[in-house]
Formats: sequence, structure tokens, C-alpha cells
Amino acid sequence: MLNERIETRLPTHLIDGDAPPLSSATKASSDRYAAPMETKPMLSRTADHLFWMARYMERAENTARMLDVNYQTSLLPQSQEAAMHGWTGLLSISELTGTYLKQFDEVTPRNVMTFMVGDINNPSSILSCLRAARENARAVRGALTTEVWETTNQTWLEFNRLLKEGALAEDPGELFEWVKVRSHLSRGTMLGTMLQDESFHFQRIGTFLERADNTARLLDVKFHARNTEFFGSGAGNEAKEVDFYHWSALLRSVSAFEVYRKVYRNVIRPEKVAELLILRAEMPRSLVFCMDEVVNNLRAIANEHSHETQRRAGRLRADLQFSRIDEILATGLHAYLTQFLDRVGDLGYGISRDFLMPS
Amino acid sequence: MRFFDEMHASRDDVREHYKVYDRWLGRQPGDEMQSRREEAEMIFRRVGITFAVYGDKDETGAGTERLIPFDLIPRIIPAQEWREMEKGLRQRVTALNRFLHDVYHDQEIIKAGIIPAEPILNNAQFRKEMMGLNVPGDIYSIIAGIDIVRACNPDGSGTYYVLEDNLRVPSGVSYMLENRKMMMRLFPELFSEHRVAPVAHYPDLLLDTLRAVAPAAANEPTAVVLTPGMYNSAYFEHAFLAQQMGIELVEGQDLFVKDDFVYMRTTRGPQRVDVIYRRVDDDFMDPEVFRKDSTIGCTGLLRAYRAGNVTLANAIGTGIADDKSIYPYVPKMIEFYLGEKPILQNVPTHLCRDKDDLKYVLDNLGDLVVKEVHGAGGYGMLVGPAATKAEIEEFRAQLLANPSNYIAQPTLSLSTCPTFVESGIAPRHIDLRPFVLSGKTVQMVPGGLTRVALKDGSLVVNSSQGGGTKDTWVLET
Repeated sequence: MLNERIETRLPTHLIDGDAPPLSSATKASSDRYAAPMETKPMLSRTADHLFWMARYMERAENTARMLDVNYQTSLLPQSQEAAMHGWTGLLSISELTGTYLKQFDEVTPRNVMTFMVGDINNPSSILSCLRAARENARAVRGALTTEVWETTNQTWLEFNRLLKEGALAEDPGELFEWVKVRSHLSRGTMLGTMLQDESFHFQRIGTFLERADNTARLLDVKFHARNTEFFGSGAGNEAKEVDFYHWSALLRSVSAFEVYRKVYRNVIRPEKVAELLILRAEMPRSLVFCMDEVVNNLRAIANEHSHETQRRAGRLRADLQFSRIDEILATGLHAYLTQFLDRVGDLGYGISRDFLMPS
Repeated sequence: MRFFDEMHASRDDVREHYKVYDRWLGRQPGDEMQSRREEAEMIFRRVGITFAVYGDKDETGAGTERLIPFDLIPRIIPAQEWREMEKGLRQRVTALNRFLHDVYHDQEIIKAGIIPAEPILNNAQFRKEMMGLNVPGDIYSIIAGIDIVRACNPDGSGTYYVLEDNLRVPSGVSYMLENRKMMMRLFPELFSEHRVAPVAHYPDLLLDTLRAVAPAAANEPTAVVLTPGMYNSAYFEHAFLAQQMGIELVEGQDLFVKDDFVYMRTTRGPQRVDVIYRRVDDDFMDPEVFRKDSTIGCTGLLRAYRAGNVTLANAIGTGIADDKSIYPYVPKMIEFYLGEKPILQNVPTHLCRDKDDLKYVLDNLGDLVVKEVHGAGGYGMLVGPAATKAEIEEFRAQLLANPSNYIAQPTLSLSTCPTFVESGIAPRHIDLRPFVLSGKTVQMVPGGLTRVALKDGSLVVNSSQGGGTKDTWVLET
């Protein structure tokens, strides 16, 4: 019995794709001694709302992270050009450059922050994401624990109050930190109070699909921005310094700066940054970690239509598990990430078709 | 006009059942109550106990959500008064259900000449589709809300009257439950000093009732709550009740009908639905039969219903029994179906389609309350004593144009209850809506929802017209 317990705690990435399910999700049903217990199916619409509730909360957090990093970087001495890179990059990550330029003549830190934080007409602003998370939660509040609902509702109400009181102008860093903390809180409340049934798995899938998508975009844009430097530009001291701040900013935006040091015990090098954020299975925002969560949660909710979606998810995870960073860089990071984003998009579509909007 | 005050028999004389509360209130510093009120408001917002206001949008584009004002001072009903009222409610709702079964079957009450055929058969609320259809247990209004007021007699005592029966989709029970929760949270010490009858088991009784009226063939019946959606004004209540009962909250789009059975779309395929606690009006239930433009119902639902494969709670067509033109006949129904004297009184009512009654109403418009027969929510009515001359004349014209659309009642001196308002504590008019559940047996929790008209002198308690709510205590003394 003791061994069984230890075994189930092994990181799932150490297990082959076809190994028996060991996630907490399916543990109960795979336990030989447990009496079979029936679980109730849930409404597809409810699953859809839960999926999007989690996605929007994660998106709000990711937007806050990106803004925070740009804001912190802007406090460092740097060239005008380098500073602008950050802000334009942020808009292009979210595919919002066009929408932004319709409203503003030029890219300035203040304008980008206004646009990405409190503009309700920008669907990716933190305000819009928190509203969407809250509206999705409200639509299925009966399927949530009181704690999860109240956390989501309170986040929305408080964020509005903070904006009204001018928190963005006063201390952007603190506001972004607040958003991150609220997102941690809502995830923690979910983990700590929700029954780990289907509704839980749909939320987890939403969270990790969104996170995978975000990490991939972030990497793509940041590598794109330093493209010339990356593959063999003349490396003066100044360029090295710029590099350090560039890559450490990227790491900080995914809470990975300290993690990097711990894992590599070395100076910050772009290929290691890429490796950490794509292939390290113990890094909670890496692509392989996210896909691992998606695959495991997907397995727990499998139905008669979902075989193909599960196969594709498993395949995507396997591709990541058995990749090496030098191979990825040799074939081109941009192409790799573009393909990854397509496959993640395709998974989202498959999940929607199999579970959320059955005909 | 004299009013019956629930708390004070006279200025200095506190009624027996309010004495302990009154002493407690006297010990509270003034700003304490104010800060408790703010605390309550904050909690209601966080919990999201709000109602949507139709048509309003806030600056962020979402529908406006408002709080229903919650008053801190409870409305207390002595237990012996409640026991009598409970008997009356049981009797009244039983008779109303007998009436519904009768009008959709043999119409004995018409044949016996107790109620004329015209106001029943020519009523828009009479649903031909229900003729001859049998519903489980012959129960139509499974969830009923009966509005009760207390008026002052010449000798200063009070009498309870039924003002209105709500037999379609009565709402407000979630406020009854949340108000109690809030009071226990804000003033726990009050509950150790009083023996207040609990109400928190209402969702249990409701689920029990819904299962009791399932089609006989369903042995482990699946019940759901059907809501028009999250922008409906009572959405909070729909979600709340579904959650409390542990059943699904569905929208029309989640349901479909195949081979005369109703299914909901789940992540694991279709699942049978046996009982639908619907919070959608008859007109929108099935575009195949009723309004074709309805997007919140379910096509084919009536076929499944007629085949006896699903129970609707409440049944289609219950509106014929709570129509204001039928209301005056309820005491006679009780005698006709049950052979009993009515325990609860009706308010004397003039039917304007009757010539003599109309003359009387026209001569006394300034003293009467005139209501539209099908109106609800405090709209389309005239409160004579509170109206201006111009308003009365305008209403007179409307009334003359279509007399049978109106009924009139004397302006009742609704009882008052001390209420916490801006200027301090002042008497405000109240009513009471107990919720009556009819399944295998008739059940209810003690009390109900007390609504209060917050405006000084106002008699309109509806939340859409600035009304608030109070916790209602049935008190063992």
C-alpha cells in the first residue's frame, strides 16, 4: 500500500504515454480495492463555461505578468529603441497591434498599459478577462463551490474599485502583483475546495491550454525581438548587458528567473532559456508541463467521441518529451512555436467539439 | 388611517413577542446598526445576491445588477399565529389545485354555477392544451407563493388577508434563505436569546417535492431547474436553488426532445430528464405550441409533457387560478371542493366587468386600489388615496375603455414594522409571502419572505418599485 502511494506521486512525465493512468484524477477508479462509484455527467454548457472561466483567469494573470516585466524593465537605463521593443512586442504577442493603432497614434508605455489593463473594449485587457471569467463563473455558479465563486466575483469587484481609485497610475507594479495574487488565489481555492470531478478537469484543461499558448507566444516574440543578436551577432559588452536584461525579463515574466539559476547554476543563455520554457517537465509554465496536465485531465474526462483529440494531445506531449533543444533551434524556433500554437489551437477546437458543444 | 404595527400596540407598548428584541435593540449604539448595515451590503455584493434590472447597462457593458435592500429589523410572527396561517395556506392551496384539475377536466364548478364560464374559458390564462391531460398526483401548482397582508380593524386589532395567489413561477424564496443566513451572521447573539424556527431546510423540502411529482415510470428521477439565463432578474435564485438541491441548472438550449422524452446535453452524451422545475413562463416553454420566437424554451417539450414522460413544476396553465378575475371566487372554491369554511380571508373585491360594481368603483376611485386583471409586479395599478386628481381621471378613462380588465379593492391599511431608514428607525408597510410546496403532502417552512415598502407611506413592496426585504421569524414564546 505504501509503495502504491509513492508510485502515484512520481512525476507523470517519467511514465510512457501509454502507461496506466496515475493522475489523481483517475486514481480512484483505477484502485483495485475501491468500490465502483458512479459520477454524474455534467452539462456541456456548464463544462464550456468552466473551461473559459479558467482560461480567462489565466489570461488575466499572463497579461499582468507581461505588463509587469515591461514596466520593471522600463525602470532600467536602456535605449529608447530597446524600451519600445518591449511594448510593441507585448501588443504583437496578443495580436492586438492593429486594434491598438486604431486608438492610439504611437506606442507609449502609458498608452499600452491603459489599453491592456482597463480598456473594456479590448478583449484581452485584464479588465475584460476578469469580467469574462466572472461572467462565465456567474453562468454556472451552482457548479462552483461558494469559495470559488466568491473569489472570482470579489476579484472583479475589487479590480474595478482599484482602477477607479487610480491604482494603475499610482503604482502599476503593485496592481500587477495584485492580479497575480488573485489568480493564485482563485487557482488555490479551486484546488482546495472543488470536488475533483469533471468540472475540475475542464477548468484544469482551460488553465493549461491557455498557459501553453501564452508561454509559446512569449517565447516566440522575445526570440524574434533579439533575433539578430541571437544567432551570432558581434558580442560587445553592451550587447551582452542588453541580452542579460532581455532574457532575465523573459524569465521573470514567467516567474522563472530563480528557477533558471537553480536548474542550470549558470549564466543566462538563450538556448537554456528556451529549453527551460519548452522542455523542462518540472517547470510549471513550460510547454511540456502544460501539455502533461492537458493530457492527464483529458484522460479523466474521456468520452466516446474524444479518442482523436486524446491521441493528438498525447502525440503533442510525446513530441515535447522526446525533443532536444539543439534540434528545435536548428530547425528554427519560430517555425517550431508556430506549429505548436497551431496544434494547441487544434486541441482547443477538438475539446470544444467532443465535450462542450455536442450536436 | 390607522395602521396595525407588528411591534408596537401603542407608542410605548411593545407587543409581547417583540419584547426581548426591543430590549436588545435599546442596548445597541446607533452607529452599530449603521455599520452592520454596511457590512451586510458588502457581503451581499461579494456573494452576488443581486437582481438584474431589465434594459439597464453599466459603463462596462454588463447588465446592471442591483442589491435588494435588506432591512436589519426582523419581522416577528408569534408561533400560534403562524400555525393558524399554515392551516389556512394548506387549505387554500389544496383547493386551488383541485380547481385547476377541475377546470382542465370536467369543469364541475362551472356546471354547479359557482363560477361563471366566461371569465375562465375566455381567459388568456386558460390553456386549452391542458384539457383532459393528467398530471402526477393531480397537482398543478407544486410551488405556490401566497401574498398575505395584515390590515387594521376598527378596534385596533389586525386581520390577515390573502392579497394575491402566485401559482405560476413565484420568486423570492432565495432571499428568505439568504436573509436568515445574513441575520445569523450579523447578530448571532439574537438567536441565542430567541427560539426562531429554522428555514434552511427549504431546498430539501423542494427537492423532495419535485421527486414526489415525477412521472410514475421514473424510479430514480432526475430533476433540473430551467432558467431563462443569467440576465434574467431572478437568475441568482435559479442558480442558488439548483446548487442547494444539487441538481443541474439548465437553459432551453441544454435540452432536447427525442421520441417524446426530454434529454439534456452532457459531456457524456444525452441524459434523461424527468422533472423540470421551470422558471420560464408558459408562453416561452415550447416554440412548437406557444410563442414561436421563444429561444429560451425547448421544442417538443409539450409533446413529451402530454405523453406523461416529464413533469413540469409548475404545470402549464396554472395562471387561470391566480388571475385577479378568479381571485374573488377562491373562498367559494374552498367550500365547493373541500366542504370547509375558509381559514384565510380574501380582500373584498369588486369586479369591474359587473355593472353595479363598476358604478361603485367609478364613484369611489379616490378611495380604492384598482388593478389590472393580469398585471403583476406593482405595474398598471391605481392607489386612489395616493394618486393626484389628474392621475385618477386618466385612470378613469382607461377603466371605462375596458372595464373587464380591472378589479378594485378597498385601500388596505397594510401593517407596519419598524424599519431602519435614513432618518433612523421608522414604521414602514410590509407584506408576507409564504411558499407552499405540494407533492405527496403539502409542506412549507415557517414564515416566508417579508417585503417592505421603504418609501414613507408607500404601500408598494415590489422590489422593482423600491421595495426591500426583512428576515421573518416565527417565534416560539
